[in-house]
Amino acid sequence: MSSTAHYPGVVLPTAEEEIWRYSRIEELSLDSFVAGSVENKVDAPADVASIVTQGAAVGECGVAMPIPVDAFAEINAIHCSGAHADIITVKTVRGKSYASPVVITRTLSVSGVLAAPRLIIDAAENSEVTVVEHFLSSDDVSSLIAPVVEIRAAQSARVTYIAINELGNKTWKIAHQQSLGERDSTTRLFTVALGGDYARVRTEARLVGIGATTQQVALYFADKTQMHDFRTLQTHIAPRTSSDLLFKGAVQDTAKSVYTGLIRIEHEAHGSQAYQTNRNLTLSHGAWAESVPNLEIETNDVKCSHASTVGPIDDEQRFYLESRGIHPDIAERLVVLGFFNEVLERLPQIDVVSGLRAKVAAKLHAGAQ
Amino acid sequence: MSTLKIENLVAGIPGKQILNGINLTLNSGEVHAIMGPNGAGKSTLSGVVMGKPGYVVHSGSVTLDGEDLLALPAWQRAQAGLHLIMQYPTEVPGVHLDDVIREAYTSRGRNTSTLDAEIVAEAARIHFDMALVERSMNVDLSGGEKKRNETLQLALLKPKFAILDELDSGLDIDALRDCARRVEAATQEDNLGVLVITHYARLLEELRPDVVHILAAGKIVKSGGPELADELETTGYAGLTQ
Repeated sequence: MSSTAHYPGVVLPTAEEEIWRYSRIEELSLDSFVAGSVENKVDAPADVASIVTQGAAVGECGVAMPIPVDAFAEINAIHCSGAHADIITVKTVRGKSYASPVVITRTLSVSGVLAAPRLIIDAAENSEVTVVEHFLSSDDVSSLIAPVVEIRAAQSARVTYIAINELGNKTWKIAHQQSLGERDSTTRLFTVALGGDYARVRTEARLVGIGATTQQVALYFADKTQMHDFRTLQTHIAPRTSSDLLFKGAVQDTAKSVYTGLIRIEHEAHGSQAYQTNRNLTLSHGAWAESVPNLEIETNDVKCSHASTVGPIDDEQRFYLESRGIHPDIAERLVVLGFFNEVLERLPQIDVVSGLRAKVAAKLHAGAQ
Repeated sequence: MSTLKIENLVAGIPGKQILNGINLTLNSGEVHAIMGPNGAGKSTLSGVVMGKPGYVVHSGSVTLDGEDLLALPAWQRAQAGLHLIMQYPTEVPGVHLDDVIREAYTSRGRNTSTLDAEIVAEAARIHFDMALVERSMNVDLSGGEKKRNETLQLALLKPKFAILDELDSGLDIDALRDCARRVEAATQEDNLGVLVITHYARLLEELRPDVVHILAAGKIVKSGGPELADELETTGYAGLTQ
């Protein structure tokens, strides 16, 4: 247990705690960072420009995460009320659907800083909006980003959030995504993780209104010494709520990934359904992936399923393609891209997403076995 | 003209010999049928010739115009002109037919500029729904659709020789006719040589063989003309393999 000079009262977790098991938390020393900021670029076409506020007040925080869930959410909360506050809000108007996505690019360009930006998406009743948060840093930036996104979808609102991690290979990311779905709302949380040194996302979808629906979908691909770490929670509080989670990842070289997921169906949430699928490809002998699905069900009359796999590329699939005269390296590339297609096809077809397939392909190298 | 030659092929899986000396010579444009009961070694023969992992070759040779196929990995056997239609085509999620054919063309140094039109034309020829072409390879396809998909690939890739491993299994009569006729046409248009592996004679009513071989216990026990398949229909394997 170590306390830090910069964040009095904040106690970092240890790998002894189940939710930090397998993580690289023990390597982290907050003393090596000073509080800093990212550079923000907000791309909001005319129809969405009016709903975006940069530099919002700390009072806006807490719509979906009133109390910080761990040390890094605490650090983010401390930033929000201090000199390095970086709060962007997207607040929709009741009944309005916004065709253009809001695209926020967060760039870390300095080493040795801890940046903790916050994004708040507050969708009013029966409104619809898509927000992209794109994280970037160059390969020489050795810093830590601890972003928080809070999403509230009021009755019948429809929110799509897409996080894209293209951080450099020395940057750490410890992120939180927290959504709150009210009656008949739909929240969709997408994550595409290609970058970072150690990149962790804790994503929790809370279904608090009857009939609320959520989807959590991720694509992650780590190579070299990268590690991607996901902790997912599908929390059903109200009756007849539904959640669907699909996380697909690959590890190459000596990269690692961790997925742990919990479906929690609380006492009142009868008539709910929850699905959770995590699939992992290990593309090199030295690569490692862990997958731990969990269920906690406190009521009857629910439909739940979970599935999880970790393994190399299927030999039969590889042979099928090779039998068409395709070189094994290309066959492997096709199989991996096919594996990720299921996620890419679910993503909204917007500009920032359309280049992702090529970025995944570029990361795949020949002869990974 | 090309020749696929199998000589004294002895092979199997680790710890079990299944093929006990196969000899067969197939020339361009010819259709040879290999018929045999379950367990005769039919699928082992197709797997060994194509280079499917998991088989062991003890002795003998397989050559295509003198080139030693057994020394090549599967993808190079395919490039040398060999094609396999699998009994149970593998599902490859997220990979589409055009992706595969484009890579297969590229690896052969073929021009892909008219590929989309070629796919449309070939799909129409064997009554394969273009909506199914857009699907992931063999995922959520019926037995008949899978074999149409396989036949479509054969037609596009234009190999020198094709092995059809139980093309007829899981096929409805319409799909059987469409696939068989397309393969038959390829023997005339592209001079394709075909090795048809089947348990039943009904496929051979659509795809007439020049030679029929009876395979039993890993050996070809009898060879003859198409009448051998008819004979088999009446006598069954028991009469022919004794």
